Amino acid sequence: MHSDTRITIDKDLCIGAGQCALTAPEVFTQDDEGYSTLLPGREDGGGSPLVREAARACPVGAITVPEAVR
Amino acid sequence: MTDTNHPVAYPQDRTCPYHPPAAYDALRATRPLARVTLYDGRTAWLVTGHETARRLLADQRLSTDRTRDGFPVTTARFAVRSRRTALLGVDDPEHRAQRKTVQPEFTLKRIAALRPRIQRIVDERLDAMIAQGPPAELVNAFALPVPSMVICALLGVPYDDHDFFEAQSRRLLRGPTAAESQDARDRLEAYLGELIDRKRREPGTGLLDDLVRRQPDDGPADRGELVALAVILLVAGHETTANMISLGTYTLLQHPERLAELRADPSLLPGAVEELMRVLSIADGLLRLATEDIEVAGQTIRAGDGVVFSTSVINRDETLYPEPDTLDWHRPARHHVAFGFGIHQCLGQNLARAELEIALHTLFERLPTLRLAAPAEEIPFKPGDTIQGMLELPVAW
Repeated sequence: MHSDTRITIDKDLCIGAGQCALTAPEVFTQDDEGYSTLLPGREDGGGSPLVREAARACPVGAITVPEAVR
Repeated sequence: MTDTNHPVAYPQDRTCPYHPPAAYDALRATRPLARVTLYDGRTAWLVTGHETARRLLADQRLSTDRTRDGFPVTTARFAVRSRRTALLGVDDPEHRAQRKTVQPEFTLKRIAALRPRIQRIVDERLDAMIAQGPPAELVNAFALPVPSMVICALLGVPYDDHDFFEAQSRRLLRGPTAAESQDARDRLEAYLGELIDRKRREPGTGLLDDLVRRQPDDGPADRGELVALAVILLVAGHETTANMISLGTYTLLQHPERLAELRADPSLLPGAVEELMRVLSIADGLLRLATEDIEVAGQTIRAGDGVVFSTSVINRDETLYPEPDTLDWHRPARHHVAFGFGIHQCLGQNLARAELEIALHTLFERLPTLRLAAPAEEIPFKPGDTIQGMLELPVAW
């Protein structure tokens, strides 16, 4: 996985609202503490058209989607 | 048009329970910011534009600590704030520490696991209502008991005490006086404090039991914080959803074509819940205090200025929602700010979504001929200075 296609989640910002997992459940999930995490193998978004929507739904701007992710 | 010399008074009562007051129309014309006059004559900023609202609600130079000097107040009832409200009334880093202790209970997975229990509660309430009617008064027969029972089960609060805590929640939120509101809060704190002490001796299985067990290493710092958390979880956990169920039902009954569309295709339900949240915007005035100067939309919000977010106006921003007053199940309504935005975005939002989906779907599935049992314009709803919803909802079928 190239780092320029890797979605990043800032866990110091995440408040566990679950909006990313609600919007793009094929890419994002929540760990047992509620924090957002990427599903294994979906670190680049897996081509999901909803990744940017999920990032926009995050109330604290914790998700960064690189330009190279479509 | 609004201008700075003649600010619009905020809040005002709605004339239709699902539309903002007509006086707010002028506020739409001056997006994204306006000046408003609060009940005490003080002037505050009113945020009315969607993008500006998102930016400012995520800006931690705006404080939510109601005990700060100069914090804006929209009703005499909340003029006295001697203690801080947990979660909603504290800033980071304290807020983050509080939220961390309770957020695992509200993940999508945990809420999905609760769905069968919510469905059972909804079914039982409808069985009871149907056995006794028609007619029925839907607020007390259904809209209030469903979320009340759900939050009791989740927290580990005995539902047998619901008459007490529902009445005190009502007084806390609606007073009518500041003294009554404060007294209601004292009583809720005393009640939940005793309940928590009992749980220390006889542990149960609710979230409050869990918090007691984890304290102080991995839970609330002390008894006071635990009690404050319990109060906000119990009050916010049932009042808001009850209002959405009652007002949502009223709104659907007033839009028979939209209701028919929804009944014909239940896959529209999650989108319909978002659209109802957007249009109804039941928690209209989110309050903040600027702690530093903030440049936004060509204006300077000064340190010490009050900032109020009108969710009903923000959620009708035409740049994002064309024909914003029209109910449309097909529009992407998800970016509404009815649950707030930023670090204080509703902790229980995914629980609320599940409750609304199950309650509204099951209600209209079981009672396809549900109708208002009084003229629509005569049914009383709540005044503009509190969470919006129906005071009563007479129905027949």
